[in-house]
Amino acid sequence: MSTQCNKPAVSVAEIRPELDRLRRRGFLRNMLSLGSLAMLTGCDLSTHSGVDAALEAILRFDDKVQAALFNRHRLAETYPASAITHPFRFNAYYAEWQVRPVPDNWVLNVSGLVTDRRPWTLSALMALPQQGQITRHICIEGWSQIGQWSGVPLGVFLRRIGADLSARYVYFKCSDGYSTSIDMASALQPQTVLALDFEGKPLAPQWGAPLRLRIPTKLGFKSAKNLEAIEVTNKYPGGYWEDQGYDWYAGV
Amino acid sequence: MDQRKARPAHPAPIRIMHWMGVYAMGCMIFSGWEIYNASPNLPFMFPAWTGLGGWLGGALAWHLSAMWLLFADGIAYLIYGFASGHFRRDLKPPRPSEVAHDLDAALCFRLKHRMGHYNAVQRVLYAGVIAAIILQVMTGLAIWKPVQFGWLTGLFGGYPIARGIHLTTMFGIVAFVLVHVTLVAIHPRTLKSMIVTVPTETEETP
Repeated sequence: MSTQCNKPAVSVAEIRPELDRLRRRGFLRNMLSLGSLAMLTGCDLSTHSGVDAALEAILRFDDKVQAALFNRHRLAETYPASAITHPFRFNAYYAEWQVRPVPDNWVLNVSGLVTDRRPWTLSALMALPQQGQITRHICIEGWSQIGQWSGVPLGVFLRRIGADLSARYVYFKCSDGYSTSIDMASALQPQTVLALDFEGKPLAPQWGAPLRLRIPTKLGFKSAKNLEAIEVTNKYPGGYWEDQGYDWYAGV
Repeated sequence: MDQRKARPAHPAPIRIMHWMGVYAMGCMIFSGWEIYNASPNLPFMFPAWTGLGGWLGGALAWHLSAMWLLFADGIAYLIYGFASGHFRRDLKPPRPSEVAHDLDAALCFRLKHRMGHYNAVQRVLYAGVIAAIILQVMTGLAIWKPVQFGWLTGLFGGYPIARGIHLTTMFGIVAFVLVHVTLVAIHPRTLKSMIVTVPTETEETP
């Protein structure tokens, strides 16, 4: 599936995400800057644990505020087809040339607080009710773009597998090593879909084939691509970016 | 008259709120620069050493924490400003002719500074930066919650434009800070009046 495998060499630009990741270790590891010195005067600069803990506590408070502001019936703005962004920007925790093909014999596994744990094939998912959307994808970095997706509303799917809808979290595990999780209220918002199509065509690998989450009420990193497992749970599952310090709720 | 003479140039609540605001705004600006640098949409970046947070996640943690301090400080200041008569007395909108006169005097370094009294140029600048901070909080809410506060984001012309206004207003606030700090450097006794109690200077002409 990958058409980019015969690129000759690796440039710095291509491995920048990896280089960036090596630099981010905790909030305050690289804090000897003007900003940090100015703001932390009076704090102990040798051990940042107190400041880190304070920031993390405030982020958890922010999550509660965001959950309170969230209204399950409030819809993200939708756009006409003419507003769709071309070309659509690729984004992942790795560069586009590292996109992996769909694993052989792919199925979607279901686990946790559900009554029906049978795995789902692509054709079984395609037989469920489908819903399309043209919405704005907003990245945590600040940029945004308008795209078109369609697929199975997650609420329809969760009811179909007999999920405990009073559970707190829905966790998504991906075949590319990525993972994320969302709150149940956001999972049941009608625009949250398990997308099978992008721009009217089945998902290509770089857009999350064969199945991705599309959730326009959260920042882009929550719309996990290349899904392979969904778990309904009450235990905080975290996620790839969340574990490194991105605000978990990440609502927009 | 005695009562008026006893009034400090800056009452204690103003001084406390001023320095809390300095800290909060400093956190917001420096972490904001780090957030901008994660995906610059204009052909410039802020020097990496000026950023607060070390990386995007850290910068956002600072930005989304300091916002509460800025918000609380700002609300307290507005309530105090209206309730105490500070706005009515000190930030009365000047007539254009007053502004022209005082601006001309200021640019020729002839403008007198009397402690505890704001000239027309100061009133315009202080009212302007208060308005800019209010706009900054509103555009900040618009880009933090473009779905939940969709009406507000729509008011600013949508998410990308609201983000542009948020960046532009930051430059306005930074420009104010540069002018403000320069003027404090020219009149260092004003710095003292924002730290300890210094009496208001009486009017030269009644």
